[in-house]
Amino acid sequence: MSKPNNIRSVIIASSVGTLIEWYDFYIFGSLAVVISTKFFPQDNPTAAFLSTLATFAAGFVVRPFGALFFGRLGDMIGRKYTFLVTLLLMGGSTFLIGCVPSYDRIGFLAPLLVLILRLLQGLALGGEYGGAATYVAEHSPEKERGYWTSWIQTTATAGLFISLLVILITRNVLGIESFEDWGWRIPFWVSIIMVIVSFIIRRNMSESPVYTKIKEEGKISVNPLKESFGNRYNFKFVLLALFGAVMGQGVVWYTGQFYAMSFIGKVCGVAGQQTDTIMAVALLLGTPFFIFFGKLSDTIGRKKIMMWGLLLAVLSYRPIYNEIYKTIDVSKKTVVAEKIISKKGKQIPHTQDSIITTITSISYSDKSSNELTVKDTLFENGDIKPNKEIKKSISLTTNNYWKLILLVFIQIIFVTMVYGPIAAFLVEMFPAKIRYTSISLPYHIGNGIFGGLLPTVATYLVTTAKITHQPEWYLNGLWYPIIVGAVCFVIGMLFLKNDINHSND
Amino acid sequence: MNSIKKYSGIIWIALGLVVGYFNIVMMGIPKIQSGKQEDLVFAIINLFILTPIITGGLIVFGYYALKGEYSEKD
Repeated sequence: MSKPNNIRSVIIASSVGTLIEWYDFYIFGSLAVVISTKFFPQDNPTAAFLSTLATFAAGFVVRPFGALFFGRLGDMIGRKYTFLVTLLLMGGSTFLIGCVPSYDRIGFLAPLLVLILRLLQGLALGGEYGGAATYVAEHSPEKERGYWTSWIQTTATAGLFISLLVILITRNVLGIESFEDWGWRIPFWVSIIMVIVSFIIRRNMSESPVYTKIKEEGKISVNPLKESFGNRYNFKFVLLALFGAVMGQGVVWYTGQFYAMSFIGKVCGVAGQQTDTIMAVALLLGTPFFIFFGKLSDTIGRKKIMMWGLLLAVLSYRPIYNEIYKTIDVSKKTVVAEKIISKKGKQIPHTQDSIITTITSISYSDKSSNELTVKDTLFENGDIKPNKEIKKSISLTTNNYWKLILLVFIQIIFVTMVYGPIAAFLVEMFPAKIRYTSISLPYHIGNGIFGGLLPTVATYLVTTAKITHQPEWYLNGLWYPIIVGAVCFVIGMLFLKNDINHSND
Repeated sequence: MNSIKKYSGIIWIALGLVVGYFNIVMMGIPKIQSGKQEDLVFAIINLFILTPIITGGLIVFGYYALKGEYSEKD
C-alpha cells in the first residue's frame, strides 16, 4: 500500500478535481433564483422557479446513467483515464451554461440549451465520484480507509461552499443589479480555469495499485454491468447499499445543505446575502467533521455512525425547521417604522395594463427589517388586482443570524455523520474488478434521485400546503426526507453489518 | 435475527406496492390532469422517476429478503 506521503498527493489530486466537479454542479442550484428569471418565461414566477428546480433536478436524474457509462469504462480501462474525461465534460458544460443567451433573446431555445448542458453535467458527475472514491480507497492503508476517503467526502460540501463564496464575491464586486443582469454568468466561466488546472494535476497521476494488480493478473471484468447487476449475489448488495444506506444519506445531505438554504431564502424570505453567508459559515464550521467521523469509523465501524446520524436527523428536522421559521417570521413582530421607498409602473407588453411595483422598508422593534416588494396589476379600465407577487427580503438581527447558523450547523453535523464514512463503506462492499460500476449506481440513485429531487419535491409540498392554508404549511416539505430517512434507518439497522472489511480485492 | 430479516421482506414488498399506488393514483394522475405547470413537473418526477425506483427496488429487495438472500450463514 502507499506510504502517507504518496497517499497525500493522491488525495490532493483526486479531491481537487472532485471538488471542482461539485462546484460546477452546485453553482446552478445556488443561482436557481436568478437563473429562473433568465431562462424561463416570467408570466408565472412560481412555475419558472419550479422549472428551474426541475432543470436542476434533471442533472441529478441522469447521474445514474453517467454512473453506468463511466463506471463500466473505469472498470475496463482504468480509474485514471475515466475521471480525466468526466472532468473535461463537466468543465466544458459548465462554461457553456454561462454563455447561453437569455429567454428574452432566443425564446424557448434558452431553457432547452440549458437543459442539455445540465444533462451533460449530470452524466459527468455520475462518473466522477465513484472513480475518485475507488481511486483513493485503493491507495489507502487498509485500516485507515475511512479516514483517507473522508477527504473525498469533504469535496461535495467544499464545492458547495466555494460556489457560494464565488457568488458572494461576484455579487459584492458588481453590485446586485449588474450581478442579476449579467454577472451571474461569471461563476460559470470561472470553472474553466479550475478545470484546466485540475486536468494538469490529474494527468500526472498513476493508475490505482489495486487496479494495476488485477490488470496484470488478467482479472479485469469484461462486462462490469452484467457482473454488477446481472449477478444476483452482487445485485442484492447494490439494493442493500441503496435502501439501507445511500437513500437516507442522500436526503440528509440535501436537506441540510440545500433545502435549508431554499427554506431560509425562499420560504422564510431572508435577504439573499444573509442566506448565503449563513450557509457558508455553517458549512465551513461543519466540514472538519467529515474527517472526524471518517476516522472514527475506522475504529467503531461505519454502520453505527451512519445510523445515528440518520436517526438524529429524522427526529430533529421538524423541531429545527419550526425554530428557523419562528426566528425569522416577522408577522408577530412590532412594526416601529414603515416607509415606501419606491413605486414604479411597467406596462405589460402588447396590452394597456401595467404592473405596479412598490418597495416598502419596514423596521421592527427587535431591530430586524424587511424590504417588502409588492407587485399589483393595474388594468386599462383603472381596476387593480393586488398582490400578484409579494417578495420579502428580511435582514436578521445579529443574534438571530447566529442562531440560524447554529441550526444549519446542527444539520451539517448530521450530514457529516451519514456522509463521512460512506465512501469506505461502499468500497468495502464490492470486489475491485467491478467496484467502480457497483458503487457508482447506488450512490447516484441515492444522492442524485432521492437527494437531488428533494428541493423540487419539498418546495412543491410547501407551496401546495400554503395554497390550501394548512397549519404549519412551512414544515410540509420535510415529510419527504423524514419518511425516506426513517425507512432507510430501519433497513440499515436490520440488514447492514458493522464489521469493517479490510480486504481491498 | 435471520427470521426477522426474512419476514420483513413482506413489509418491503407491501411498502413498495403502497408507495406505487399512492404515487400513481393519489399524487400522479390527478396532478397531471390539474393543468397547472407546477403540478405537471411534480407529477412527472413522481410517476416516471421516483415510483419505478422505489416500487420496483423495494419489491425486488423484499423478495430477496424473503428468500433469505440476506440471512447470515451459521
